[in-house]
Amino acid sequence: MTPLFDGIASFAQGRDSRKFSIEEAVRSCLDRIENLDPELGAFLSLNPNAVNRARQLDNRMARNPAQSPFYGYPVAIKDNLHVAGMPTTCASRMLANYRPLENATVVDRLLKAGAVILGKTNMDEFAMGSSTENSAMGVTRNPWDTRRVPGGSSGGSAVAVASDMAPMALGSDTGGSIRQPAAFCGVLGLKPTYGRISRYGLVAFSSSLDQIGPFARRAQDALEMMLVLSGPDGRDMTVASRNPEEMRRDFASEVRGMVIGMPEEFFSDGLDDGVRVSLERAREVLAAEGAEFRPVRLPSAQYGINVYYLIATSEAASNLSRYDGVRYGYRSLKASNIRDLYTHTRQEGFGPEVKRRILLGTFALSAGYQDQYYRKAQQVQSLIREEFDRAFHEVDMLFAPTTPTPPFLFGEKSSDPLAMYLSDIYTISANLAGLPALSVPSWPTAEGLPVGAQLIGPAWSEGRLLKVASVLEEAVGVRRPPMTGERQGGEAA
Amino acid sequence: MNPEFEMVVGLEVHTQLLTRSKLFCRCENRFGAPPNTLVCPVCLGHPGVLPVLNEEAVRLGIRLGLALGCTVHTRSVFDRKHYFYPDLPKGYQISQFTHPLLTGGSLSVRSGEGVREIRLHRIHMEEDAGKNLHAGIRDASHVDLNRAGVPLLEIVSEPDIRTPEEAVDYLKKLRQILRAIGISDGNMEEGSFRCDANVSLRRKGTSAFGTKVEIKNMNSFRFVQKALLHECDRQSALLARGERVVSETRLFDSSTGKTLSMRSKEEALDYRYFPEPDLPPLVLDPNWIAEERANLPELPQERVFKLSEELGIREEDAEALLLEEDLSRYFEEAREVVVRYAKEGGWPVELGTGRLVNFILSEVLREWNRKGARILSGELCPEEIAYLVAQVVEERISLNQAKEVYAMAVESLRSPKSVIKEHNLSQESGEEKLGEWIREVLAENPAEVQSYREGKERVFGFLVGQVMKKSGGKANPQKANLLLKDYLSR
Amino acid sequence: MKLTHDQVTHVARLASLSLTPEEEAHFAEELSQILDYVENLNRLMLPPPGLHVGDGVSDPTPLHPDIPRPSVPVEEALSNAPDRSGQFFRVPRILEEGR
Ligand SMILES: [Mg+2]
Ligand SMILES: [Zn+2]
Repeated sequence: MTPLFDGIASFAQGRDSRKFSIEEAVRSCLDRIENLDPELGAFLSLNPNAVNRARQLDNRMARNPAQSPFYGYPVAIKDNLHVAGMPTTCASRMLANYRPLENATVVDRLLKAGAVILGKTNMDEFAMGSSTENSAMGVTRNPWDTRRVPGGSSGGSAVAVASDMAPMALGSDTGGSIRQPAAFCGVLGLKPTYGRISRYGLVAFSSSLDQIGPFARRAQDALEMMLVLSGPDGRDMTVASRNPEEMRRDFASEVRGMVIGMPEEFFSDGLDDGVRVSLERAREVLAAEGAEFRPVRLPSAQYGINVYYLIATSEAASNLSRYDGVRYGYRSLKASNIRDLYTHTRQEGFGPEVKRRILLGTFALSAGYQDQYYRKAQQVQSLIREEFDRAFHEVDMLFAPTTPTPPFLFGEKSSDPLAMYLSDIYTISANLAGLPALSVPSWPTAEGLPVGAQLIGPAWSEGRLLKVASVLEEAVGVRRPPMTGERQGGEAA
Repeated sequence: MNPEFEMVVGLEVHTQLLTRSKLFCRCENRFGAPPNTLVCPVCLGHPGVLPVLNEEAVRLGIRLGLALGCTVHTRSVFDRKHYFYPDLPKGYQISQFTHPLLTGGSLSVRSGEGVREIRLHRIHMEEDAGKNLHAGIRDASHVDLNRAGVPLLEIVSEPDIRTPEEAVDYLKKLRQILRAIGISDGNMEEGSFRCDANVSLRRKGTSAFGTKVEIKNMNSFRFVQKALLHECDRQSALLARGERVVSETRLFDSSTGKTLSMRSKEEALDYRYFPEPDLPPLVLDPNWIAEERANLPELPQERVFKLSEELGIREEDAEALLLEEDLSRYFEEAREVVVRYAKEGGWPVELGTGRLVNFILSEVLREWNRKGARILSGELCPEEIAYLVAQVVEERISLNQAKEVYAMAVESLRSPKSVIKEHNLSQESGEEKLGEWIREVLAENPAEVQSYREGKERVFGFLVGQVMKKSGGKANPQKANLLLKDYLSR
Repeated sequence: MKLTHDQVTHVARLASLSLTPEEEAHFAEELSQILDYVENLNRLMLPPPGLHVGDGVSDPTPLHPDIPRPSVPVEEALSNAPDRSGQFFRVPRILEEGR
């Protein structure tokens, strides 16, 4: 069950040298899904046209050579991104039967580059959660230890890539929903600068924080995907007019001479020892490559969770107002008047975490409390942004853990919302400041659990972050979970 | 209404904009299409969609701001206004709350004999909702979202309006401006120009405001007038009895002419406004504003000055003529014909213009209000009015005869020319014929002649009346006057 | 802060969510805890209010040209509707008028 290819470069080489056809490549992924996914539960639906499309691409390639490295490349898509012809459920009862009328912009761009969509991946309902336990559609398991959660909310995408069911996947990150599951599953996950990638066709959770980004095994692959996904879109006014090619240029920059900040607040008491040891080893590798490390202070970052749970829930309560059972989605059959239609539909259609956040967000925006909660949170958000700005006058990027602990057990935090929220403590401030951040695998813990190192950069610095990630990737080696039938490389931290 | 009280009214007008596409998506902005045929994922509020702002809607907003003397803000912000209703697809309306596009400005209205400035509070951009339909449907309502996302400007006045007449003049002047600068067709029946009123009363001479009531659903100028009058009576009756006015929203019921309670403000909604995160702040290039200022079409007030100067008529008359587009077009066309008659008849044009203006603003305006635009065409087309006016100027018929002719013509939808012919109307100005009638009247009324000669000049009017009567209304009154004086002084 | 039962009911009504009595009690408890946690924001020295995302923006906003595009076919527009009648979305009768 060895994958036919490992990363986009090896795929393109195998494809162009006719070592395998696109159909064979796609089938190899589908075979792995068939074998592994009954236990892992990463996918919610598979693309019934995947093989057909692969065949069409093969035929076309017989006449014209492939123009893009993505030509024929299989990808998995988080189920809050629209793929026309497939359901978008957001892992919610509310959208169980919803079929989007068009592709998300990112899906359009991937398809235009020739990608083949394998299927849609599991997630926390409406992307609200950090373990994928809030899915209304079932459990997704961590391939490194199936008693453990894969992280969330993009748990399905992280697992799909970690277990080679898909070489790459798309996720969305509002407070860590790409980086945290990437860290838990031992893959690379990137949350781009806010405004880098169009959000059109991403079912909104918190509009001012949401960004779409890639999961990959290799920094090079993430870069290639970023180049396909990024850039202005006439359908999203919050996308900046930046040229994506700057990322390719920055990816070629030197690690030697870079100044990397270590925010003290991210290495304080709550940090697990296994994670700490692993990160220390990663730091040594980068220092050996010529990076200079410097301590920095981000005193307001500790308030990130507080700010996040007010801003994100306020926007979420607003964004989720549209689920009213009128034009699409679930409708309660109990209602005989319009008010009941709303309240029963929403009562029955949303799961507990979604309801909790709608209530919190509605309260934070309500008359008499808006100044105390929503506005105050915005002010602290400005403070956090300013602190990052100041830090980036002194350093090129920040180095930190992605999560305070390795992946936790099912049920360990699911009954305590606050404890669950705290698992995002290190990832949230990049969203609040709109900054690019990634999680790259560091050495596993002594128990063999994955650990993620986080790099946070100034706006538009994705290329440099990926460059540094590629250095770590080389040192750590690309690792695969034992259950996926792969030989292990390297040793524990 | 109790004369102790004074009415305080502020108006909120929603006007749809004449863009080709909607405010945040590119569906067509058009009235009257089959249900749900002008919709897309964006205006249906599907998951994952985002708004993109229509440039033309912003341009029209800037233009209105310049026309009304508002401050055009180079930075404004869109907000979300939340409430649940089936015609509101996203569960919130994208509007502007804390930082609107326009603030300040004013509009002058006729008030009794004078003119008053009504200040504007703010004008902001927002999207329209769709439509819920109930009529003739059993146990259900239907939703049509063609109108959802159509661009609106909401124009909010200060509470400066004091009478229903001022309110109606405000609305007419505003609509005239909207039309003149190409922003809106101002069609109240189709809902492209809609008005809500905030009404309160206070004791004359006091400055504090009373409790205000919001009135919705007034879809004609006449209904605005009626609703305000009724609401004023209702509130003053409450206050006179020592009762309290309840802050609430009321609906105007056009079948009864009354307002009905819809929802009290105590249970009012909490809209939970916050800045729309899907739209960046609207930052305008000052050069764009300057450009719009330079290209601003002629405003109604400028046209009033011009017309009054050009034709030598009073400003009030020019304003009245221009306020109703149908009438002003009618006037323009009739005037051209009058000019031709003047040339042919060798009399001064101003004479005819003056007569025409007066005739239109009195006779035609009255009938137009009664019968609508059908009295402006066909048998009563501008040529016919011009003919009637020329007949008066040339003293072939008297002004009174002309009025009678016009009234008959309107009643029977015939041309004035044929009415004149049928009734054999013409004016007698010949001294011979007039002298004959005068001599007969003098002979029949010796006592009155006597008292006139003794100094009772008031009798003169009676004698003129007798002459007119004897002539069957045909005597030229001025000529008859002069000649009668002549006879009496002999 | 401690959320009262009435506050939870009020917020649920604003959010158009009906809650069972158990849910009400449960959420009152949980939301109170979260609000307590969130409240340590009040200890911070804060910059002047009114700043929010995009405040720094100063370039003119690029806007979309007013050119209509075809809408979706009505069948597609209604394809996800839980209930419809002809070309309309169908809902239980709306009794109250206006908003
Ligand atoms: Mg409004
Ligand atoms: Zn549309």
